Formats: sequence, C-alpha cells, structure tokens
Amino acid sequence: MMANDMSMSTAEASAEPKLRAAGVSVWYGPKKAIDDVSIEVDRENVTAFIGPSGCGKSTFLRTLNRMNDTIASARVEGLIELDGEDIYGKDMDVVQLRARVGMVFQKPNPFPKSIFENVAYGPRIHGLAAGRDELDEIVERSLKRAGLWEEVKDRLPESGTALSGGQQQRLCIARAIAVDPEVILMDEPCSALDPIATAKIEELIHELRGRYAIVIVTHNMQQAARISQRTAFFHLGELVEYGETSEIFTNPKVERTKDYITGRYG
Amino acid sequence: MAGTTGHTLKAFDEDLDQLRASIAEMGGLAEAAISESMRALVQRDLEAAQKVVDDDQKLDALEMEVESRAVQIIALRAPMADDLREVVAALKIAGVVERIGDYAKNIAKRVRAIEQSPNLRPLSLVPEMARIVAEMVHSALDAFVARDAQKAAEVCQRDRAVDDFYNSIFRTLLTFMMEDPQNITPATHLLFVAKNLERIGDHATNVAEMVYFAASGDRLGQRQRGIDSTQSD
Repeated sequence: MMANDMSMSTAEASAEPKLRAAGVSVWYGPKKAIDDVSIEVDRENVTAFIGPSGCGKSTFLRTLNRMNDTIASARVEGLIELDGEDIYGKDMDVVQLRARVGMVFQKPNPFPKSIFENVAYGPRIHGLAAGRDELDEIVERSLKRAGLWEEVKDRLPESGTALSGGQQQRLCIARAIAVDPEVILMDEPCSALDPIATAKIEELIHELRGRYAIVIVTHNMQQAARISQRTAFFHLGELVEYGETSEIFTNPKVERTKDYITGRYG
Repeated sequence: MAGTTGHTLKAFDEDLDQLRASIAEMGGLAEAAISESMRALVQRDLEAAQKVVDDDQKLDALEMEVESRAVQIIALRAPMADDLREVVAALKIAGVVERIGDYAKNIAKRVRAIEQSPNLRPLSLVPEMARIVAEMVHSALDAFVARDAQKAAEVCQRDRAVDDFYNSIFRTLLTFMMEDPQNITPATHLLFVAKNLERIGDHATNVAEMVYFAASGDRLGQRQRGIDSTQSD
C-alpha cells in the first residue's frame, strides 16, 4: 500500500504542476516574512508545509489564494501561477480565484446559519445551481464528499455552529468543496480537534486526494507524514527543503530539516 | 559522543542513550565470548568453555531488552530521520550480535572434542583470526554508539582479511587430515571453529553496514564493502 503510494506520487510528480511559485517574497510592512520561495505543487498529491511557528508557512499558503490581500501592510513579490495563469495578474478576479482555490482554517468557522445554508451559500453566490433541486444536489454531494452527510442529513436546517468541532470542520470542508474548487488550502485544519475527529479529517483528505490538489499547513509532523506525499520544510521565511514525504522523514538532505523533524530544533 | 544528541525533549536523549548503552553492553559480551572461547580452546580450559556457554544467556536477555526499548521508543517518541534509522538499526544489530554470541558459544562447545585429541598441532592462525573478528565486532559497535559512518566503513574493509585467514586455515587443516586420518575429527572441529569466526566477521560487517546506513542515510557501495567475489557463502 505504502510502496504503491510512493510510486504513484513519483510518477505524478512529472506531470504539469497545479500551482507554481517562482521567487515569491512577502513583506508585512518592512518585515520580510517570505524570502524568495519557489515551489511547484502537484495536482494529484497532498502537499504538506511544515516548520516552526513564524517560519512563514501559513503566510505562504495564504499567498496561494491571495488571502494576504486582506492585510493592508502585506506585499507580495514574485510569480504565482495556477495552471500557468498568474494569480496576481491584472485579469485575475480574486473572488473567482478563491472559488478555484478554496481554504479551510485552523478554527472551524461555519457561518451562523443552517447547515444547509453553510454549504449552499457559495454555489448560490457563484451561480453554480440553476434551481433549488440542483442546489440540494450540490449540498448533498458536498456533504457526502466531506464525510458528514450521514451525520447531518436529518438536521440540515439546524445551525452549523451547533455541530461538534470535528463536524464543523468537515462542514467547512464541504463548504469549500461546494463551489467545485481545483485546489484546497488547509491551514492547520485539525489543531483544534480531538484525535478521532482528526483521524476523520485525515481520512477525508486521503479520499479527496486526486480530485483536488491539496496543500496543508500542519504543526503535527506525524500528520504531515501520514497524509502527504510531498513535504516542504519552511524556516525563517525560506523554503529549506522540499521533496517526497517518505524521504523527508527518513533521510532529509538538509541539516536544518533533520534538526526540526527529529525534535532538535532551537 | 555517546552523550545527549541535543533533542529539545531531554527524556528522548536519555531513551536513545539507554538503547545505545544496551547495544554497547551486548557488543562487550559478544567480544568477551569470542576471546574467552578462544582462550579456552588454546589453553584447553573446559571450565572457561562452559562459562562462555552459560554466559550466552545474558546476551539473549539483553537482546530482548533492546527489542522492548526500541519498540517503546518507536511507540512513545515517534523517532524521525537519523533517530528512526538508529532505532531500527539497534533492533537489527541486537539480533545479529546475539547470533555472534551463538557462534562463540558453538566454539566453546567444541573445546571438549578438540581437547580429547591431543595429537593435533595447535594452529596459531585460529587465535589470530579470532582477535581480528573480535576487533571488528568491537569497532562496529563503537561506530554505532558514536554514529560514525566512516569508522563503520573501515570495519567492512577488514572482512577481506578474515576470509583470507579462513581459506588459509582450511588448506592447512586439509593437509593435517590427509597426513593422518586420526586428525580428521579434531581438524573438522577446528574447521568449524574457523568457519564460525568467518561468520562472525560477516556478521560484524553486516552490523557495520547497518551503522553506516543509520549514521549517513546512504548504503555502502560494493567497493567500500570490500566484496570478495571468490568467497562462497
């Protein structure tokens, strides 16, 4: 099983990347948070960003769907392409971009609306459903893909915030899936969840792999090892090492990576 | 060098240190078993030979101790990269060193049979060969404790000399057997002794290869291992 996974990821790594960053630097005011990062994200694989707090991994993740645009002092330099298209280009519609590159955050943040509305909201504003039937279908399909359908199908009108933390996070994933994205960015999606809820999210990520390109930031190295095929180690705003997850965790090439993953950092 | 390796969590360092200490202790016992069995053979000391046989239990117990320590570290510490390679190497090395102890025990068991045939001339080559393989075991385990890939690679290169010794002893014993059929029984036992030493040398080389991988993350190349294509297994 594992060997199979590895050979698949190696074969797929040669395909055109889904996302490509070249020479990306990010400033918050005068402070450089990301320094000249170049990386390619596979379309078929789960890519994990790891690194100590403040290393820039979340900042970098947020440049991938221009989430940093919302921070006034943030400035991004360099090129980021989604399927060869410059996402910071003049013609890029940021709202469309964020539908194509969805995001799931550390803390589950469902809208204070019904479970149904949480998932239906995106498709509705993006005009993805022609009528109520189609909207119902999208909601059901999204909740099924997020592994939440069986638990909520009889309580769709209830508030999303009434769900447990793990269910809320899967609701947020369903919400991201509902607009049919190409990439899903996850910023520590399990850090507020217990081990069972975490395992469910990890299983979900495994199931979603292949359908969406997934990039996940995690502090939990075991999680990165469990769910990703590629791992990128960030430190002090630099991309230190990027490669096959199995290699990074058994035989990292850079001393700094080794010190971090073996728990010798700092 | 055997001290802490700088983990943020000091208890992890202590676990690894204990694991290394157990492996080092196993190495010490195996080395002593080789030299003691050889002393018993040369001096025809049946009591010393029996002690080697009895002491082998200690090695068996230590192997189990290493195994449970390693499993515990994997479960509780989730070691990564060189730490992971080291723990896995420790597991395998413990098994190999235990086998080395078995070979030494087997040599000790043959002392009685050889002692009963006093007409066989003592072979100076055998103790010399034993000295080399005991040194290889010693160096391989030193390299493990120090995470020293270079030292491990050097051990592998000495296996060639051990094989040469074996071939030379083989030919000599064959001559003895042809000279006088009465020599056949003791010479055959001595040949097994030499064969055991040759196997110990191979095992020490295996340990060194594991140490090299644990320390460097790379496999030793054939040339560095000093592979002898004429050697049969």
